[in-house]
Amino acid sequence: MSFDPHDHPHDHPAERQLPSLEPEAVHHPEHARHHASVWMSGVTTGYDDRTALEDVDLAVDPGTLLAIVGPNGAGKSTLLKLMAGLLPPWHGRVEILGDAPGRHARRVAYVPQAELVDWAFPVTVGDVVMMGRYPGLGPWRRPGATDRRVVDAALDKVGMRGHEATQIGRLSGGQRRRVFLARALAADPELYLLDEPVTGVDATTQEDLMDILEEEARAGKTVIATTHDLACAAQRFQKVATVNRRIVAHGPSSLVLDPEVLAKTYGGHLLVLGDKAMVLDDAHHHDQPEEGESHFHEGAPR
Amino acid sequence: MDFVLEPLASAFFVRALLAAALVGLVCAVVGTYVVLKGIAFIGDAISHAAFPGVVAAFIIGVPYYLGAAVAAVGTSLAIGVVTRRARIRTDTAIGVLFAGTFAFGVFLYSTIEGYVADLFSFLFGQLLSTSVEDLVALALLGGLVLATVAILWKELLYATFDPLGAAASGLRVEWLEMLFLALVALTIVISLQAIGIILVVAMLVTPAATAQLLTVRFGRMMATGVVLAIAASITGLYLSYWLDVASGATIVLVQTAFFLAVLVVGPRTGWLARRRTGRSAGPDMTIGRRRT
Repeated sequence: MSFDPHDHPHDHPAERQLPSLEPEAVHHPEHARHHASVWMSGVTTGYDDRTALEDVDLAVDPGTLLAIVGPNGAGKSTLLKLMAGLLPPWHGRVEILGDAPGRHARRVAYVPQAELVDWAFPVTVGDVVMMGRYPGLGPWRRPGATDRRVVDAALDKVGMRGHEATQIGRLSGGQRRRVFLARALAADPELYLLDEPVTGVDATTQEDLMDILEEEARAGKTVIATTHDLACAAQRFQKVATVNRRIVAHGPSSLVLDPEVLAKTYGGHLLVLGDKAMVLDDAHHHDQPEEGESHFHEGAPR
Repeated sequence: MDFVLEPLASAFFVRALLAAALVGLVCAVVGTYVVLKGIAFIGDAISHAAFPGVVAAFIIGVPYYLGAAVAAVGTSLAIGVVTRRARIRTDTAIGVLFAGTFAFGVFLYSTIEGYVADLFSFLFGQLLSTSVEDLVALALLGGLVLATVAILWKELLYATFDPLGAAASGLRVEWLEMLFLALVALTIVISLQAIGIILVVAMLVTPAATAQLLTVRFGRMMATGVVLAIAASITGLYLSYWLDVASGATIVLVQTAFFLAVLVVGPRTGWLARRRTGRSAGPDMTIGRRRT
């Protein structure tokens, strides 16, 4: 666990003496670098003049199921975009699957927040999942029998077989997240980058999706997901990184999600009652759209 | 039958008919992406930006296609850069470019001694004066646009639907967007003589928008748009012949009539359908996605 001493200069000294959970990742980045799926060192980035993330060090090993938590505007989505190669670092170094971000893009599947998807777009469930196969096909080539088999298997896995011909706007919130996870599965990636994959879904969907992500991680895939749901992060994720413009803490979920770390991550948005911490944060109030992004709010399914 | 057959006896009408159908086809294909990307305004800007190119080509004495293509493709790429790099709102930047380039065209036009009817026809189109050379150029450039879309069909679809997901998975989305803007520019260039600078945006947007009201599948939307566009081109041209009115404007009016008819009685979004089933047409009424 890494606490940045510059983060809050008025913190009590005791806080800085917390045991370091991942000394090799934090203090010897070079050692962790060679086999890491995601490796960042001293990374700062943002939009136009606005800094969104500062001095981020992070190493994520293959087979990790990592939750990124933090308040709205803390830079969770920015961190994912950095990993996906959608945003360049201003300072510092980022390596994804051992190379510059974007170099191994076909082995990476990124799922954007639901608000960034135009649900009125004339595509069906089958079309969207097939898009996961597009980058591997290259120009001109049409999807073949293998691609259709992979798409069917992905739809089976997320429980959306039989909905292939449904336009995506007609799906419920949970079904929409299932379909986008199926698209990621169909790409057969080594690294999953999922922005709020279980936000605003019913409990059954959350359990189903987390089962799938767990299974992928067990198979050696790296799964990194942002979430607002601290209970889910604590119970279903193996590791957690808490973010508030910096990585506040990173380590096994049971150790990271203690009131002290949460207080540091969430500041005034945290209510601590005895040994229970409650985040006063609106899960449905997502980050502000960046320049060039438009948000599509989900309407009721028709 | 005379209504249909009599005009076909004139070669100029047959050429105009072929040109109108081809322009309708290419515009509907490219327009499907334009509507889904929500960049109708960019199409309008590019078409106006072609005007100084046409005038300059006339002054220098080169084919108007060349001048229009240089100006339109140049502007489309400038828009592509501006929308990515500039720190002002995209629609503001495009509004400035749009008016500035068109004003430059009018300025150039006014420096020419005497009245140049030929140039004026590019503002409103002149289908009935389509020459054989025009048709050949139209077929070649239109074929180029259609072939590019056929090759990059999947990539353009993915990049239009989910640019972030597409870019993260290795598609070169920035490059695809630049290429697409260049395709829009080429489509506009080949439509200028037929429909004219002022109305060409309707050819791009209206058939695709009508098709979006009728179907929820991308491929069917494109096919429906093509059928509607060609039908409007043929109907409009015949109407303009018999009524002796402007052909480009009549075609656009027929397209607009199709759109309004589908809006009112369409099976999915029509007001009648809504009254029958008692449910809202909902987000399907969205014509395109705004990205400003």
